[in-house]
Amino acid sequence: MATTLTINGATAAHEVSPAILLVDLLRDGLGLTGTHIGCDTSQCGACNVLVDGRAVKACTVLAVQLDGASVTTIEGLATMGSGAETLHPMQAAFKEHHGLQCGFCTPGMVIAGLEMVRRHGHDLDEATISHELEGNLCRCTGYRNIVTAIAAGAKAMALSGETVDA
Amino acid sequence: MREFAYERPSSLDAAVAAFAAGDTGGGGAALIAGGHTLLPAMKSRLRQPDTLVDLAGVPGLTGIARDGDTLWIGAMTTHATVAADPTVAAAIPGLAALALLIGDPQVRNRGTIGGVLANNDPSADYPAALLALGGTVETNLGRHDADDYFQGMFATALADGEIIVRVGFTVPTASAYAKFRHPASRYAVVGVYVAQTTDGVRVAVTGAGPGVVRWAEAEAALTASFTPEAATGLVLGGDLNTDIHASAEYRAHLAGTMLARAVAAA
Repeated sequence: MATTLTINGATAAHEVSPAILLVDLLRDGLGLTGTHIGCDTSQCGACNVLVDGRAVKACTVLAVQLDGASVTTIEGLATMGSGAETLHPMQAAFKEHHGLQCGFCTPGMVIAGLEMVRRHGHDLDEATISHELEGNLCRCTGYRNIVTAIAAGAKAMALSGETVDA
Repeated sequence: MREFAYERPSSLDAAVAAFAAGDTGGGGAALIAGGHTLLPAMKSRLRQPDTLVDLAGVPGLTGIARDGDTLWIGAMTTHATVAADPTVAAAIPGLAALALLIGDPQVRNRGTIGGVLANNDPSADYPAALLALGGTVETNLGRHDADDYFQGMFATALADGEIIVRVGFTVPTASAYAKFRHPASRYAVVGVYVAQTTDGVRVAVTGAGPGVVRWAEAEAALTASFTPEAATGLVLGGDLNTDIHASAEYRAHLAGTMLARAVAAA
């Protein structure tokens, strides 16, 4: 059925079967493979995307449920300027602070970081970040550098004037 | 997931009609709110409805308001909204704290109070709050008193296709919820909601048995003395769950511990 979605700023009508999950539309339908499928049981957070500014698990929402909504994936965060791609401050912080090893969980972690900034602001303490990561699993890092990266990314977003749109 | 038809009605009457017309192949119709229980069940084919009727387009199912001694929460209100709402925090802080213990931030952004109460998972959190606080489940057909609403595992007083519109909680003098979370699923291994009301102390337990229950012995002990010490030594009786996570004996003891924590927090 026809479903209108704004994905990373581009609004289009997509013809999708009702049983298609958002994550499957993104990956298989649109080639946006940055959104990962980890557990497929709403636990690991690798499929996190922003829907109207709020982080949701794309494996546990049907594309048709989001008719009219705005979806931001990891591919929509970096900006193109003068031919070169500039990472979003939260992405740059993960690179700077080695907040990843294999990288599989990283897109979901970055989105989770943006969700934290939306609700808690730019000055995130370690306890808040650790608690807020309860829906995101990483099997490599031990989380230490992820927490550091999110704290730094949140601060960098304040400096660059980045907001998370509701 | 098996294929199904999807309807997104824009009124309560249209939703009722869509549900009634939705049993096209013997699989029945299903109402979907946040979908965070229903969609996983459909992925594993525990549920295979012919038609999904999405309540997201029905107006009037969200919002929070206090009317006298009742806090009303619209059925489609998400856990994240309940957790962050100043009206909830002022009226029943224990309920706001409970909402923050459901799932994780992403789940709370989609899951709804009406969905939880319609599903009545034996380990869900809101049933304990509604039963302990006392209140009302208001639907398209009428009202159900909290004391009559819960009828065992995944069973409620709702008729097939009856749609929850809003949920009313009686504002207590004091209340709190204590939950021993399963670390992976976030469901309650045991959760205890304690409420001090004008009608006395009410205690409800979730996660321990086949459905949420009042705990009469705990209510009597806390009526005599509303202190954590009064909970000391209390062990939950009745038909309790044994599974790979905890034995019935463990859950019986855990209920007493959660009871003491809830009283201390209230």
